[in-house]
Amino acid sequence: MKHAVWLAGSIVALLALNFALPRLFNPYIVQVVMLCGINVILAVSLNLINGFTGQFSIGHAGFMAIGAYGSAMITIHAGKGWAAALGAAGIPAALAQAGPLLVALLGGGLLAAIAGYLVGLPSLRLRGDYLAIVTLGFGEIIRVLILNIDAVGGARGLPGIPGWANFFWVGAGMLSVILVARHLATSTHGRALFAIRDDEVAAEALGVDTTTYKVLAFVIGAFFAGVAGGLFAHYLSYLNPNSFTFLKSIEVIAMVVLGGMGSVSGSVLAAILLTLLPELLRPVKDYRMVMYSLMLIILMITRPQGLMGSRELTLAMFRRRRAAAAA
Amino acid sequence: MTGNGALLTLDNVTMQFGGLKAVCDLSLDIAPGELFGLIGPNGAGKTTVFNVITGVYAPTAGQILFEGKPIHGLKPHAVARRGITRTFQNIRLFGSRCCRDNVCIAGHQHAEAGLADAVFRTPQFTRDEARMQREARELLEVMGLAQWEETPAADLPYGQQRRLEIARALAGRPRLLLLDEPAAGLNPLETEELMHLIEEVLRRFHLTILLIEHDMRVVMGICRRIAVLDYGLKIAEGTPAEIRTNPKVIEAYLGEEVEADLGAGAGA
Repeated sequence: MKHAVWLAGSIVALLALNFALPRLFNPYIVQVVMLCGINVILAVSLNLINGFTGQFSIGHAGFMAIGAYGSAMITIHAGKGWAAALGAAGIPAALAQAGPLLVALLGGGLLAAIAGYLVGLPSLRLRGDYLAIVTLGFGEIIRVLILNIDAVGGARGLPGIPGWANFFWVGAGMLSVILVARHLATSTHGRALFAIRDDEVAAEALGVDTTTYKVLAFVIGAFFAGVAGGLFAHYLSYLNPNSFTFLKSIEVIAMVVLGGMGSVSGSVLAAILLTLLPELLRPVKDYRMVMYSLMLIILMITRPQGLMGSRELTLAMFRRRRAAAAA
Repeated sequence: MTGNGALLTLDNVTMQFGGLKAVCDLSLDIAPGELFGLIGPNGAGKTTVFNVITGVYAPTAGQILFEGKPIHGLKPHAVARRGITRTFQNIRLFGSRCCRDNVCIAGHQHAEAGLADAVFRTPQFTRDEARMQREARELLEVMGLAQWEETPAADLPYGQQRRLEIARALAGRPRLLLLDEPAAGLNPLETEELMHLIEEVLRRFHLTILLIEHDMRVVMGICRRIAVLDYGLKIAEGTPAEIRTNPKVIEAYLGEEVEADLGAGAGA
């Protein structure tokens, strides 16, 4: 019952925001908000792998690419037709698009999750730098494959994806990944992940099936990266392999590290901050990336544990602060 | 060897690393409810025995039976689920997590709620989580760690970290508890307290304890039976009194000290 109320409330709130956003702000700001949302999904999903479980993955752009291209192909080859048929049957456009879009996003996420499973397997034998190199290789292989497959447009890119994703869908993706990550973190499964990060040998000796959990972190993380990719594809209407280079993976890692390893709210804050920063720095023109890098360095020097450390931003924290201020 | 009522049986277990036989044809029977001591000089293969029992290594030869069933070749987490948990010589706590979480993690194997329950917060999950938190709190209480409940494990004083390791191992509800040098690095007073604690744990939780120890006082004081390892071979087994007077043991283990004492005496 409580769940149903929350679900209904979230849907209403997202619909309202989705309605208000393009009417209150210009398209540029709307686009920045959308990219913030997509980056939040990416950062929180990577936090599950790097922050929670302590596995160093730098192939997140690869998972995102699989989700993006996978969902785009589903929509182009099937979803468009379904939406048209539903529309012809007299169903309003927004609803006619919702079903096919959901299928495409979940399909893209599923494909990425399968890739996550396959990449997660070597993580059982490799750790630290070695795992990083494997995931780096994986990300590059995916990009080069896409570059050479003509059916997905190759280097020309993939046009003609319907722009169905609006703030409602990005918001729903954000809420889902945050909910899953938080609920995991405060359950025995999340504690198992943290135990693996802190001491794998001890975790195993206390009955934690480290093999399963390490792969599980990869699968869940990859799934949401795939969903983020799908949203990206259905928002921009066009995909290009250059969006999924090694640098995109690094950008997401920077968000996780800056936010604080293992802190979901930290990842959210850092993803928003690092998406806004290059936009806010546009007035300094040529020095934009210099300033951006400089600010990153200063942030990391002043807060080496990340913005949030391993803590979370909670309502209880605000209440405590207010109580302290009142006393 | 089977069917003799032993809780844990090591049957001619050999563990070989390349040309080195760390454990050689070791046979042991540990009866239910026993506090069994395993001693030996440095590098005698004591910790290797623990690693073989807990599945960190698969023995090169021989078999290990727990409650009559073979457990050699199982992965460590599977061995833990059968009812064997351990502590570590060099403390291995989950440093970034609070004490309660450390204990809860060991209760993980008894969680009934699955992943979907956790994500969707089903009533099953809420019940399960409340039970785990309550049990963890009770264990911390028993081990005298209640005041540190919310403290990250890495911030605990050394002696309390040793206690937390035992509390954590107990949270797995083991029937056999393996303690790897629990008194290492403790001062005489703390060691004394620890000996009482181990005896208390044995009584209260109705389990069996296999103890590796360097500190002879601890072993002789609380263990009813002791086995002595030297270069991977079992050279003696018996009551503390028998071990103390066994010439082979004196030569291999105590001998060094006796000789040193004699040498010092002659020099003076």
